[in-house]
Amino acid sequence: MSLKRKAIALVSGGLDSMLAVKVVQEQGIEVEGVNFYTGFCVEGHTHAIRKKDAKKEKRNNALWVAETLGIKLHIEDISEEYKDIVINPKHGYGQNLNPCLDCKVFMVNQAQLMLNRARDLADDGGFDFIITGEVIGQRPKSQRKETMPLIARESGATDRLLRPLCAKNLPPTLPELEGWVNRDELHDFSGRNRKPQMELAAKYGLDEYAQPAGGCCFLTDKSYSDKLSDLWQARGERRYELDDIMLLKVGRHLRPKENFKMIISREEGENRFLEGYRKAFTHLVCTSHPGPLTLIDGDPSEDDLKLAARISTRFSKAREATEATVEIHYKGGVVKPLNIKPMSANDVKPEWHI
Amino acid sequence: MNTDAVHTATLDTRGLLCPMPVIKTQNKIKTMENGETLLVIATDPGVKQDIPTWCRINGHEVLDISEKQLDILISIKVER
Repeated sequence: MSLKRKAIALVSGGLDSMLAVKVVQEQGIEVEGVNFYTGFCVEGHTHAIRKKDAKKEKRNNALWVAETLGIKLHIEDISEEYKDIVINPKHGYGQNLNPCLDCKVFMVNQAQLMLNRARDLADDGGFDFIITGEVIGQRPKSQRKETMPLIARESGATDRLLRPLCAKNLPPTLPELEGWVNRDELHDFSGRNRKPQMELAAKYGLDEYAQPAGGCCFLTDKSYSDKLSDLWQARGERRYELDDIMLLKVGRHLRPKENFKMIISREEGENRFLEGYRKAFTHLVCTSHPGPLTLIDGDPSEDDLKLAARISTRFSKAREATEATVEIHYKGGVVKPLNIKPMSANDVKPEWHI
Repeated sequence: MNTDAVHTATLDTRGLLCPMPVIKTQNKIKTMENGETLLVIATDPGVKQDIPTWCRINGHEVLDISEKQLDILISIKVER
C-alpha cells in the first residue's frame, strides 16, 4: 500500500480555500488546515460588538469550513509578527493599506515552517505539501500570474506549494510530479469570475459558504485604511498596538483638531465594547440625556474637551436641547461636569469625519 | 458544576474577542493531559458557537456551557 500523503491547507473561511481542500481530499490526500489571526480579520469581531448583528449567527467561518470538510484546524495568532508586514511591506500595498502579496508570502512561509517542524520531529503527523485557494487573476495585488512563482519562492515552499484551483495554468509542482495528486483532476480557474467556483461547490454539494464582500481583512477596506493612516499621521510614526486596530473597527471617528480624535459609539453594543477602554482614555458621558460614550485619543486642552463635548452631544438625545451636561472623566480618574450647548448639525464639519 | 475548584485548570479570556478565546483555549489544551478538565471564562458571545465547534473538530468534549451575569463559562474535558 502506498504511503498516505498529507497536506496543510491555508483556510480563510472563504469558498476558494474550502474548494482547494475538497479537491485534494477527493484524491485521497489527508488535509489539515491552518488559519492565521492577524488582528485585522473581519471574522468574529464586528459581529460580537454591534448589537444590530446580535441575532445573526456568530460563527467563525474557518472553524465551520474545517468541520464541514472534516479536517483539523490550527488557529495561529500571528498578530505581533504581522505588524512588520503591515508597516513595511516589501512589495507595497494594494488599493488601500492591504499588503496582500507580503501577507500571502508570510502565511505560506508560516505553513512551510509547520511542515518543516513536523518533518524534523519525524512525526507521523508530518506534512508533504501546502495548498492554498489562490486563483490567477482573482486578486489584483497578490493573485496574478507573476506573483504565483514569487510567493512559492519567497515563502520557501517552492515546489511543495500546490494551488488546486489553478494548477493547470502553472508549471507542475512536486505533488503532481511525484504522482501524489493527479494533475488532470486539478483545475484551470482564472480571473475574477466566480462562476467556476460556484459550479464546483454545487458539484460537491456545498450549498452554504461565506461570501465576504471585499475579502476577510479590514485592510482591504478604504474607510478602515483611512482611519489607520490618520492614526499613523497623528502619532508621527507608523506603529500600532492590538487595541488601536480594534478601536478602528468601532464607532464614529472624528478629528476636529490635529491633537485629538474622538471615538463615538453608534449603538448599545459599541457602547459596551468602548466601556472596556474607559480606564485607558479620557472619556465623555452625557448625564442630562441618553447619549453615546465618547473616548478621546490624543492630547486635548480644556477648550478642546469643551469642543468635544459639544460635538459628542450632537450624537445624543440632547441634540435639539439648548443645554446639556457632560461629564469629563480624565484618564487619572478625576471627573468634571460641564454644561454646554450641543453643536448644530451644520457646524459638525464633514472633514472631521475620518 | 462550573466552578474553578472542580477543574484541572481555568482560563480567563474575559474582554477578548473571537477568535482569541479559541486560540487561547487551543494553546492551553495543548499543554494538558487526557481526562483533565478546563474551565474557560469568556465575555464574547461568539465563544458559545466557536469553542464547541473547535472541540468537535479536535475531539474534546464540552461538558457544560453556562452564563453568570456577563460571563460565559465553558467546561471542557480533554480527550487524546
